[in-house]
Amino acid sequence: MLAKRIIPCLDIKDGRTVKGVNFVNLRDAGDPVELGAKYSLAGADELVFLDITATHERRKTLADLARDIARHLNIPFTIGGGIKALEDVHVLLDAGADKVAVNSAAVRRPELIDELAYAFGNQFVVLAVDAKLVDGDWYVHLNGGRIKTEQKLYDWVGEAQERGAGEILFTSMDHDGTKAGFANDALARMSEQLSIPIIASGGAGNKEHFAEVFTKGKADAGLAASIFHFGEVEISDLKDYLAGEGVPVRPISR
Amino acid sequence: MVAVIDYNAGNIRSVLYALERIGVEHELTSDPAKIRAADKVIFPGVGHAASTMKHLNETGLADLIRSLTQPVFGVCVGMQLLCSHSEEGDVECLGIFPERVHQFRPTNGDKVPHMGWNEVKLAPTNDWVSKEVDGDFCYYVHSYYVEPGPDTVATTTYCGREFAAMLRKDNFYAAQFHPEKSAKVGERIIRDFLAV
Repeated sequence: MLAKRIIPCLDIKDGRTVKGVNFVNLRDAGDPVELGAKYSLAGADELVFLDITATHERRKTLADLARDIARHLNIPFTIGGGIKALEDVHVLLDAGADKVAVNSAAVRRPELIDELAYAFGNQFVVLAVDAKLVDGDWYVHLNGGRIKTEQKLYDWVGEAQERGAGEILFTSMDHDGTKAGFANDALARMSEQLSIPIIASGGAGNKEHFAEVFTKGKADAGLAASIFHFGEVEISDLKDYLAGEGVPVRPISR
Repeated sequence: MVAVIDYNAGNIRSVLYALERIGVEHELTSDPAKIRAADKVIFPGVGHAASTMKHLNETGLADLIRSLTQPVFGVCVGMQLLCSHSEEGDVECLGIFPERVHQFRPTNGDKVPHMGWNEVKLAPTNDWVSKEVDGDFCYYVHSYYVEPGPDTVATTTYCGREFAAMLRKDNFYAAQFHPEKSAKVGERIIRDFLAV
């Protein structure tokens, strides 16, 4: 049976991992490759590296980071942050990235998804979406949640799938940093609407939240940052717990 | 020396890094002489079956691969291309394995592509993969699958059906999942191939 995936997310700034609480206050949590290797050994199924500064100041070092990660880790990883064009992705895939996450640039120019899917295959293209609930509707936000758009969440993820996205990485800005659980209602609705996998992000605070996101939220993968970075939830404990709850997980490699 | 066949496939860098981590001498090459002379050959693949077959036929790599006599390891689309036919672009493949390649049809909540870690079960016919691999999980990314046949040495279940996870016939070996991305168990399988 296909396992539900546990994905630590490493936000990168100036080559170091950071985690923003509601994307504002940043705290340093270490070296990305070292931390990634630690998570890989601990049983993480996949890793996501997001360069959170890239939207503002274009990072050319992202490819070096991708190469460094690919060289040292033997689990799949997604890399994102400021990806605007085909050439950005060429460099990252050549460096060994398994998938790339696109966010703001795809909202501004949706054809980017078609272009990436055509050039590299759907499975390479992860559409990252940050959304907030405004007057009862989920709206897509840009630049790490700073800019609200008129684009509605469910319309946008449906369009992204049509255009060739292979996976959705959904972050609820309302839940992110709260440690009060994932946006399970929105996740379940997207999971029923779409035929591509969904990575849930924003709100993980404890093991129970992961069990809920896989059952109520129907997510294919659960992503979190600070609870893993600061040791509040150990991946091995989390997997034992999920297995006990009947959630299919990959046993930690022998 | 391990030759990794260079034919414009996506993300083959990971295969090279896996060999680098294991510490085995290797080279990414499309040079027929080097490929023929290698002790082992890895035929990786990420891409579209029909367009890739067209490329392999035009460059002569198709005939070269068929004629190889040393151990050859096909990975992911590389495994599918070693089969007889693929539904992806309705194309005749290399025909090493008689097995055929079909498209997954999504069933009750199972999503396509089949993306993530799934359990690998060794078949009684397995004669090259370490026994401890049985029941462990490997990393898959694919929308097409190989129906199990006489050369199937391991299977996995998805979309309500069992498909071929690994194959072996004569000097040809293959895995549908990505051993280079499958943590320790994947490295075990690459070592198993290097030891045949």
